[in-house]
This record gives sequence, C-alpha cells and structure tokens, in this order.
Amino acid sequence: MAEIWSGTIWPVTITVFQILLIVVPLLLAVAYVTYAERKVIGAMQLRQGPMTVGPYGLLQPLADGLKLFVKETVIPSGANKVVFLLAPMVTFILALIGWAVIPFGEGLVLADINVGVLYLFAISSLGVYGVIMAGWASNSRYAFLGALRSSAQMVSYEIAIGLIILSVLVTAGSLNLSDIVRAQETVWFFIPHFPMFMIFIASILAETNRHPFDLPEDEATLVTGYNVEYSSMAFALFFLGEYANMILMSGITAVLFLGGWLPPFNVLPFTLIPGPLWFILKICFVLFIFFWARATLPRYRYDQLMRLGWKVFLPVSLLWVVLTAGFMVAFDLLPHTGG
Amino acid sequence: MATLDRMARTLLWRELISGFGMTLRYMFKPKVTINYPYEKGPLSPRFRGEHVLRRYPNGEERCIACKLCEAVCPAQCIVIESEPRADGSRRTTRYDIDMTKCIYCGFCEEACPVDAIVMGPNYEFAAETREELFYNKEKLLANGERWERQIAQNLAADQPYR
Repeated sequence: MAEIWSGTIWPVTITVFQILLIVVPLLLAVAYVTYAERKVIGAMQLRQGPMTVGPYGLLQPLADGLKLFVKETVIPSGANKVVFLLAPMVTFILALIGWAVIPFGEGLVLADINVGVLYLFAISSLGVYGVIMAGWASNSRYAFLGALRSSAQMVSYEIAIGLIILSVLVTAGSLNLSDIVRAQETVWFFIPHFPMFMIFIASILAETNRHPFDLPEDEATLVTGYNVEYSSMAFALFFLGEYANMILMSGITAVLFLGGWLPPFNVLPFTLIPGPLWFILKICFVLFIFFWARATLPRYRYDQLMRLGWKVFLPVSLLWVVLTAGFMVAFDLLPHTGG
Repeated sequence: MATLDRMARTLLWRELISGFGMTLRYMFKPKVTINYPYEKGPLSPRFRGEHVLRRYPNGEERCIACKLCEAVCPAQCIVIESEPRADGSRRTTRYDIDMTKCIYCGFCEEACPVDAIVMGPNYEFAAETREELFYNKEKLLANGERWERQIAQNLAADQPYR
C-alpha cells in the first residue's frame, strides 16, 4: 500500500498539481492576451479599445467568455458529429500540451526531456489536424477551403521553422530546451542568427494563422474560414487554442532566440528580477510583435504567401543552416565535440 | 541601378521598418475617439437633433398653425390640423411628426416665422418600436419644456448668422 502511495499516487498528484500550475495561469493569460490585443491595436489605430466592462474594460474577456458560454451549440445537420466536436478539442489540447517542455526558469520545467525541441515540433505539426478535421467535418465549402488553405500554409511554414530551429540546434548543441537556454549565456541567439530570427517571427505568424498570413480566416473570401460553422464553446475552444498557440510560439521564440529565463546582462539590476519573470516579459514582447504586425500589415495574397514560404524562407534558411554548420566546423566551435 | 535600388530596399526591409515605425509612433499619439456614453463630443448651436415645439415665457404655444413647415418638409413627415380657438386665435389641434420619415434637413425650423418648431440638441432618442417615433403634439411640447434652456441659448448664439 505504502509502495503504491510513494511510487504512483504521490508523484502523479504532484504532476497534476504542476500541470494545473501551468494551465490555469495560461488560460487566464489567453483571456487577457485577447484584451491586450484589442487595446494595442486600438491604440495603434487611435482608438480606445474595450472600455465599458469594468475599469478600462478589464473585465471584457470574462464578459466575452460568458457570452460564448451561454450561446447555443449549433451542429450542422450534414456534419460528422464526432469529428466536428473532436476538432476544437484537438486544437485546444495541442495548444496546451506543448507547454510541458517549456522551461520557465532554471529547473522549472514540467518534463525535462532531452528531445524537447522535437516534441514541440511534433505538437505544432499535429495542430494542422484540428484545423483540417474542423473544415472537413463541417460539411461546408467555406470551412473546407479555409481548412485546405490553413493546412497547406502550416505545413509549408513548418519546413522553414524546422530549418531555422536546426541552425539554432547546431549552435546550441542540444535538443533539450533548458540546455539551449544555458547555451545563450554569452550571447542570445537572435544576435548571431538575426536574419533567422526575423524569418522565424514571420513563420510563427503564418504557423498560428495570424496577420498578415491569416488567409484561413479571410473574411472577404471565406467568411471566416475553417471555424465558420462553429458556435458557443466549440468556437471558444478554437479561439482559446489559437491564442494559446500564439503564447506557446512566443515562448518557443523566447527560448530559442531571446535567452529564455536569462536576464539581458548578467549584472546587478537585471539579475534581481527572477528568471520566470524575464521569460514572461520576453513572451509579452513577442506577443506584442504579433499585435503590432496585425495593426501594420495588410493580408498577403495566397500565391504570395506560398511563394514567400517555398521560394524565399526555405532556401534562405537552408543556406543559413549550411553557413552556420560550415562556420562552426571551420572554426572548431561545435559544442561537445571540438571544444 | 533601379533594380539594385529596389533589391536593396527589399533586402533591408525598408518598407517593413518604416511601416512598423509608423504604427509604433501612432500608438503613443492621443486617441481620436471618446468614451461615448460617458464622454460626449461638442455640438454646434445649429445641430439638428430631435424636434421640439416651444412656448412663449408666459406659457402660450408659439405655433400659429401657418403650416409653412408642413409645406416645406421634403419628406412630408409633418401633419398639422388647426382650428380657431375660443379667443379667436388660430392654433393647432394636431401636430404630428413621423420621426422615421424625417431627414433632419432643418427646413421646418428655418421656415417657422415664430421659432416654434426647432430642432434641439438631443440625438439620443432611439426607441424599440416604430410607434414610439411617431411624435404627436404633446410629445413635442414636452420635448420643448425639457430642452428649452439649451435651445434658447443655441438660438441666441446663432442669432448673428440668421
């Protein structure tokens, strides 16, 4: 009995507690990311953004959530019910489980696995399934076209993202995200890999179907894309999934390029702020870029989007991998082998 | 050379940077919108809002049922019926305005020789049914009582230009 307690139940309880410790603040953050987005874009368009619900509109996300919660769930009569209801869950769950390997600070990680990058990459690739299931199961042309566009776009940009991550990995010499952060103690990777950092930002915009690459949600041609038939909580799950994905992608960017939990300079005023707070600040910065791009750039045309992904980002990032690897080998800088 | 110039611009993200700089600058500019139900913008004294029928300070109705407003109304939303009163003066027995037809051109207040029908500063009179927007004489006179102070000020302010 005692063995089961100490061997199974107690570790599981701790893990569940840790999961809740990540997921609950994350969901709260998702709610307030929507608020922050509306405020930032409002400010850039000289508007005020939400102001009515609560002081400065601070309760707006709760009001929105309540609105979605009390609405009727409509399932189209021609829809495949099981897949239709499964799709938002897949999107939402995949957006959450990626956080398992994200290090919030020195040792503050749920699952410190040595192939963390690979795991994240797999999770974000699976995200396509939620979208394409939703589009197919809706039995609607708009939703289906939106899903086709979305999956083509996500698959295309994932290749660029993979190659960019590869050059980071060559520099860091590890697939473990904590090790990647530790490898940035001398210099954050966005400085030596600056062009890749910019391409990575553009690619995560495309990967999360955000502006200016939000073709799957093109109101003018597709009404709203793959989630057009969804309402109520099913829609809310897509919505939460999209924003949770944005935060996850920002977290990945912070880990890979902006030094994770590390302060910008290892001197006194900066080291006073704890690591997780630095990490959150960096996530906020990348999220701000998401909003900033949305307020600045018009939507791409679909062929331009594909051209950019396949003919610009892919060759450039491939070239950069070769250059990085060549440089590392030529100057004998490869970690764990040469040095 | 032109090609080189264009390529350099693309590769150095010149348009991207200037565009992003623009939105960032705008973020810190003062906002042009106001928090409407709590803050309201200024109105001109000539603002043409909801109609009112005015009275003289002694309580006598201004309207003399000349029907100039009814005649000039391009939307034909005013209906007036009149009868001589016991003291011999001509007064309206009916003065209806269909606010759903009105185009807020202001011809009625301009045609009025005695400043009886005036378009006041109120623009928040939305209603849930059409019927509530079919104004009769009582409603218009009640509006007049409600907005008289503001309207008198507005008319005084606009006087030099009339």
